[in-house]
Amino acid sequence: MKIAVASGKGGTGKTTVAVNLSLFLVDADLKVTYADCDVEEPDGHLFLKPEITLKHRSAVLVPQVNPEACNLCGECGAFCRYSAIVVLKEEVMTFPELCHSCGGCAYVCSVQAITEVDRYIGSVDRGSAGKLNFISGCLDIGQAMGPPLIKAVLRNITDDGITIVDAPPGTSCPAMTAVGDCDYLLLVAEPTPFGRHDLELMLQAVGSLPMPRGVVLNRVSGPDTAIEKLCSRYGVPILSRIPEDRRVAEAYSKGLTAWKAVPGYKALFADLWSKIEPVAGRYTA
Amino acid sequence: MRVAITSQGESLESRLDRRFGRAAFFVAVNTETGEFAVHDNTQNLNAAQGAGIQAGSNVVGLNVEALITGNVGPKAYAVLKAAGIRIYLAPDGTVAESLQRFKDGLLDECLSANVAGHWI
Repeated sequence: MKIAVASGKGGTGKTTVAVNLSLFLVDADLKVTYADCDVEEPDGHLFLKPEITLKHRSAVLVPQVNPEACNLCGECGAFCRYSAIVVLKEEVMTFPELCHSCGGCAYVCSVQAITEVDRYIGSVDRGSAGKLNFISGCLDIGQAMGPPLIKAVLRNITDDGITIVDAPPGTSCPAMTAVGDCDYLLLVAEPTPFGRHDLELMLQAVGSLPMPRGVVLNRVSGPDTAIEKLCSRYGVPILSRIPEDRRVAEAYSKGLTAWKAVPGYKALFADLWSKIEPVAGRYTA
Repeated sequence: MRVAITSQGESLESRLDRRFGRAAFFVAVNTETGEFAVHDNTQNLNAAQGAGIQAGSNVVGLNVEALITGNVGPKAYAVLKAAGIRIYLAPDGTVAESLQRFKDGLLDECLSANVAGHWI
């Protein structure tokens, strides 16, 4: 069972919820994997402090052109919708950072002048934090394309227990790649105008995805009627309200988990899980 | 000599488009005869990425020796340089004014990208 923790806006508490939910489930003697798919800035490891036992580099395929074989026909350049390969009068230029690794250029080349070669974009770490399985992807500095590495992280989930996917923020390709095949989508939002706005973007972005979903409001300190109305308009339940609490921020700043630092958190996550589990379980079945 | 100029419109009186990759039009002019042809760049205007590269490739296809525009990023510059097209940077003005400044030798040749690339 895969639960994705996502949000439209950054900084709403995805990692806080994902890490604490993971720890709660482990404490309940369940088999759990925490998968950090926020590959541009993974931070789950700061709180879980895992022991990394396996680290591997992750690559995408990009075209390499053999100028001896190339007849400059231009088919590859015409095929590529990302302008990652351009045929000029006397040479073919490639822009690997724009390539989406579809292999189309090599496929349409009639003289086999294109070979697909590895281009390393980041690494995937595996390990454990106590009984919790830990997987995390990290893009190399300067790399801009997260989805291939996010897919590599998701491929590494071999466990048949519960996986908590910590998704990247936003509503674009990286976020969609991370949540696309989950069994339950947990959206973390903050009750601010900005938070409400970006939650709506996310509800729209995932509108056509089939899995059940629910919202956790984080850092709640007052009434939140605007966000309640929004959720009811989209037919998405608000599962939990995590109160604004300075002790959580203080623990966070020290790399500690709210789970350990603040009394009452266990009950909060127990309640949250009791609402997710039956719905996600029915969907998986 | 054949010269391409980035333009916001379809005539010589249109304003120069200071963007290269996402220029609205390319006006290809024969400086000896004054003949010109207009090429639509709308497709690149809406490209998610790689507009500079594709525009560079399209300009190469126009068989021009020089390009007059406002700004050129690193990827577009790489394409144009590889094809041996010289790039001249013009200030604001119409296509005709920019062409005249070019003929008068008033435009600086661009010897490296003059603006940074965009994120992917």
